[in-house]
Amino acid sequence: MSEHMKLYEVFIRSRRGLDHKHVGSLHAEDPKQALEYARDIYTRRSEGVSIWVINSSDITASQEGDCDSFYDPHDDKPYRHATHYQLPKAVNNM
Amino acid sequence: MSVMKYAIRLGDDAVVLGHRLSEWCSFGPFLEEDLALTNVALDFIGRARMFYSYAAELAGDGSTEDTYAYTRDNREFTNLLIHELKNGDFAFTMVRQYFVDVYTLAYMQQLQKSSDQTLAAIADKVVKESRYHLRRSYDWMLRLGDGTEESNRRMQEAVENLWGYVPEMFEMDDLERELAEAGIGVDAAALENDWYATVRATLAQANLKEPVGDWSIRGGREGTHTEALGHILSDMQFVQRAYPGLQW
Repeated sequence: MSEHMKLYEVFIRSRRGLDHKHVGSLHAEDPKQALEYARDIYTRRSEGVSIWVINSSDITASQEGDCDSFYDPHDDKPYRHATHYQLPKAVNNM
Repeated sequence: MSVMKYAIRLGDDAVVLGHRLSEWCSFGPFLEEDLALTNVALDFIGRARMFYSYAAELAGDGSTEDTYAYTRDNREFTNLLIHELKNGDFAFTMVRQYFVDVYTLAYMQQLQKSSDQTLAAIADKVVKESRYHLRRSYDWMLRLGDGTEESNRRMQEAVENLWGYVPEMFEMDDLERELAEAGIGVDAAALENDWYATVRATLAQANLKEPVGDWSIRGGREGTHTEALGHILSDMQFVQRAYPGLQW
């Protein structure tokens, strides 16, 4: 059955959390059912106060093969990192 | 004494259906539903524990919740028959669940008003769970009733095979009448019209036909059961029967 069902990604905001965090995925027929199952699978020990589900196919993800072009150039620009700058002595610890 | 018996009845309803549902564990149609169904089973077992513990407290004879679940025989169980029926296919399990959920939610909403504080408190907790159970079983009624030709056929069959177990849910004996009049128990007979109205509407919505209803069966509250209950008990009570008093 599950091969005909859609895959959903589940995001949960915990009691004290400020943002929804990805917790996993599940199969369901539609978003409504996905929400029900998310409640059963991911919030059994009162992990959350709010759940989002989203069709996995609606996520556009970066590809691992694109790493070179995506992230490497940043390494050539050390000035984008705070550690690049020397603190004046007066500041001491920041 | 009568409140104790009443609590045992409600505990019996819950433990028997809880055990039935737990039989689906690892056999669910797919992982997500397997987990959800097992969750529901656990709710029923938890409910049984609350009713049994209260009965044990009232009995005051050293009985515990386990005494009721594990050491009573077939004829001493007083659950409504619909709870003990074999799971059948998933359609049968879900139609039974829907019938029970509609009933239980209405029943427990009345029990919340009980003058018995403990029963009312248990009902408070049960109502919350039941709302969720009903949302699930109602959803499956529509999905499978109004699904494929095969799912519709299986659901229709389940409805036909369960219909005769419904009247028993609204029949009351002396004990229940006495408790209802005293404001402790629920007047189950008064829930009948609403139950049929709700279920008829859902059947129509789910593309299912209401059965003719020319048979009905009863006896659970007096301890007269279908053969299905013995099979549950042999499974559920095996360890305590083989090793009485065993703990772990």
